[in-house]
Amino acid sequence: MTTEFPSTPTSDLWKPNRQRSQRVELIVKLIFGAFAFVSIVTTLGIIETLIFETFKFFQEVSLWQFLTDDKWTPLFKSAKFGIFVLISATVMTSTIAILVALPLGLLSAICLSEYATPKVRGILKPALEILAGVPTVVYGYFALLFVTPLLQKFVPGLQGFNALSAGMVLGIMITPLVASLSEDAIYSVPRSLRDGAYALGATKRETITSVVLPAALSGIVSSLILAISRAIGETMIVTLAAGQNPRLGLNPLVPVMTMTAFIVQVSLGDTPAGSLAYKTIYAVGMTLFTITLALNVFSFWFVRRFREKYE
Amino acid sequence: MTIDNPQNFGSDRPSEASNFNINLAGRYKLDRIFESLTWIAVAIALLVLATLIIDVLADGLPRLSWDFLNNFPSRKPEQAGLKSALFGTIWVMSVVAAVSFPLGVGAGIFLEEFAGDNWLTRIIEININNLAGVPSIIYGLLGLQVFVRYMEPLTGGRSILSGGFTLALLILPIIIVSTREALRAVPDSLRLAGFALGANRWQVVREHVFPLAIPGILTGTILALSRAIGDTAPLITIGALTFISFLPEGLQSPFTVLPIQVFNWVSRPQREFHDNAAAGIIVLMVVLLLMNATAVFLRNRFQKKAS
Amino acid sequence: MISNSSHPVTTQAALTAEDVNVYYGSNLAVRNVFLEIPKNRVVAFIGPSGCGKSTILRCFNRMNDLIPGARVEGKITFKGQNLYAKGIDPVETRRYIGMVFQKPNPFPKTIYENIAFGARINGYQGNMDELVERSLRGAALWDEVKDKLKGSGLALSGGQQQRLCIARAIAVEPEVILMDEPCSALDPISTLRVEELIHELKQQYTIVIVTHNMQQASRVSDLTAFYNAEATETGNKIGYLVEYDQTQTIFHNPTEKATQEYVSGRFG
Repeated sequence: MTTEFPSTPTSDLWKPNRQRSQRVELIVKLIFGAFAFVSIVTTLGIIETLIFETFKFFQEVSLWQFLTDDKWTPLFKSAKFGIFVLISATVMTSTIAILVALPLGLLSAICLSEYATPKVRGILKPALEILAGVPTVVYGYFALLFVTPLLQKFVPGLQGFNALSAGMVLGIMITPLVASLSEDAIYSVPRSLRDGAYALGATKRETITSVVLPAALSGIVSSLILAISRAIGETMIVTLAAGQNPRLGLNPLVPVMTMTAFIVQVSLGDTPAGSLAYKTIYAVGMTLFTITLALNVFSFWFVRRFREKYE
Repeated sequence: MTIDNPQNFGSDRPSEASNFNINLAGRYKLDRIFESLTWIAVAIALLVLATLIIDVLADGLPRLSWDFLNNFPSRKPEQAGLKSALFGTIWVMSVVAAVSFPLGVGAGIFLEEFAGDNWLTRIIEININNLAGVPSIIYGLLGLQVFVRYMEPLTGGRSILSGGFTLALLILPIIIVSTREALRAVPDSLRLAGFALGANRWQVVREHVFPLAIPGILTGTILALSRAIGDTAPLITIGALTFISFLPEGLQSPFTVLPIQVFNWVSRPQREFHDNAAAGIIVLMVVLLLMNATAVFLRNRFQKKAS
Repeated sequence: MISNSSHPVTTQAALTAEDVNVYYGSNLAVRNVFLEIPKNRVVAFIGPSGCGKSTILRCFNRMNDLIPGARVEGKITFKGQNLYAKGIDPVETRRYIGMVFQKPNPFPKTIYENIAFGARINGYQGNMDELVERSLRGAALWDEVKDKLKGSGLALSGGQQQRLCIARAIAVEPEVILMDEPCSALDPISTLRVEELIHELKQQYTIVIVTHNMQQASRVSDLTAFYNAEATETGNKIGYLVEYDQTQTIFHNPTEKATQEYVSGRFG
């Protein structure tokens, strides 16, 4: 690109190499654009990998068996592939987790946003965030070697591996997530709504429970769904504390095996690529991926659909 | 505060006065109970955190020693150490940082500074949000298939390189998002000033915007790396070994890392190994604490400068 | 400088302010306000922005208690009772002295629930359906919403939302209604309807209305208080009451020069 402006007396002092710098910009743009595309490739890679191996899995095992078998024994001679055995364990641990995280997380969010002074909040919030940064293997240690022995003193029949303590510790793990997303939702409820309630003679609690929480409901529900999705995909806590025994049912006192725990079990062994066991972990992974993706998309959709519009 | 005489403002409309039964005392009681519940919730969460830390310290501190850091894993718990796991973590995290930092920052700069708002960037954005919600073990399945199997000639199979690539993909969304936030925090007036002098976009970004965003980007990257350092599931899935009694010789070596070593010790039945696990956890948490402290330090310095 | 000499002759005072100072933190926001608001009258507060008229309004139902660092000195009485005396509960105060805000702020609930909420928390013993209908009729909204009581309050137009907020306020049967620029977010036709409503409500309630719109003040009010602000050396603005009299007098024959200049549009 050449300049079309008439030259000034000193123009020979200025020789910007615009062509070169534009070429550099184009190259940078292409490279960085390619980097941004890596995220798309990652998604495609995940989907392709899961579908490819899952497809091969279903050439050997029928979808009907997968959905209706009441046993999960893929590594045995008489192999059974009832995925609901694993799903039931995942549902159980995640349900216990959310039963812990919903009250703890939501009440903490209310405490931080409505009752704590800014100074106290400045201390409590980072402290709660530490909980979110603890590696999950540490939680697994805690669940197996501290929580379970403690619970065994109160809960008769609680075995060394069980869904109860795994689920409870899982709930502690996702509490900061519920708390911080719910707090954002509560925080975004406009002041004018609270003033409206106070002006009618409502107390602080009445304002919070009758006006603020309903107004923040879409954000709170969405945070819960995300937290459930996180609990479903969590691996180390349930592998260490819930056990490795595929068992259909909803008894939280006995060892069970979640979807993620199964993938770990197979991975720890020496599983040659192409074997049925290898394909099985992809079929389980596909199931896990589908469930968590559906929950994430639903949470995203929910908050957009039901968010109250405030100016 | 309660009112001694609830009829302070005795209504002028006697017929309606009885329509309302304000019952402030009862309502305030509920208020106090409700507020107490919220404080109890926070207290429980923090109490669990404290219990966890104390439990780990009580079990692990006696085991911590130079030998523990400098020994290889062993069948005898009192001789077992963290050496191979420590080195493995350093190797893997170097790969993760070397791959994810340029990729994530480059992608972040592209999306924030170059791409504008069109359907492609929106798809990439939605995609990044979704990737952030994918369970980490799924990344392990991806790494197993792509890096361990398809790219075996390059990566050497179940190697440091495969592990590093897998974790790099896992934290890429976090780095991209924090890069974009850091860039967005740089005021537009600075960009306009650069353009007004005849600089093109890349020159403006390189010379003016990026230097100001570096602390924010570094903070986000360190937090992302600290997520990767503690994540165990994807590495187990791609087949990181749990028992390694040698140091990595190169990027294609098999490896183990701190959380996997901890996992291995926790899953053993003997109590002595559990104490080893606790000591390993202390080391892991100290590393995480140092990383987070660095991130907070960077953030504070940046905030002080900006104001 | 304080000109509160011309106290209007009143039958019975609903609210009074005696030497009221309001602070935000260490900053004085309004100083030395004296005034008396007679029962079943409409009193307008006018003045330039930052003159403290909304601040004084919010003292009457203790909404300032909700702002951290806000402090009220002096005496504010409601039917002779000092509102800031020990043992007086702001929550109970607000049930007798309702408030309508600048921007319509219906709760994200149904129209019915918007009205019923205040009555329910205040332990209303009567028939709720009747109360809802009576309140909506009182706010001249019943005919427009009677078929969609289960619809969201947020689905109404701005003017309807504001009348819903008025209905919500009168549902708890207050004696005073404070209105903080209730029409500033509304179009002229909705404004007119709210002004007509204020005329209606005067029969039963005492109304204090803050407004930026001088025509509105002259249309709806019986009495008008003009506030002004002075800047301190540090740049803070301190509001004070300049003049308070019959609306007729304020607009046509004010005592103070500043009032004269303000109502004739020379500043503010």
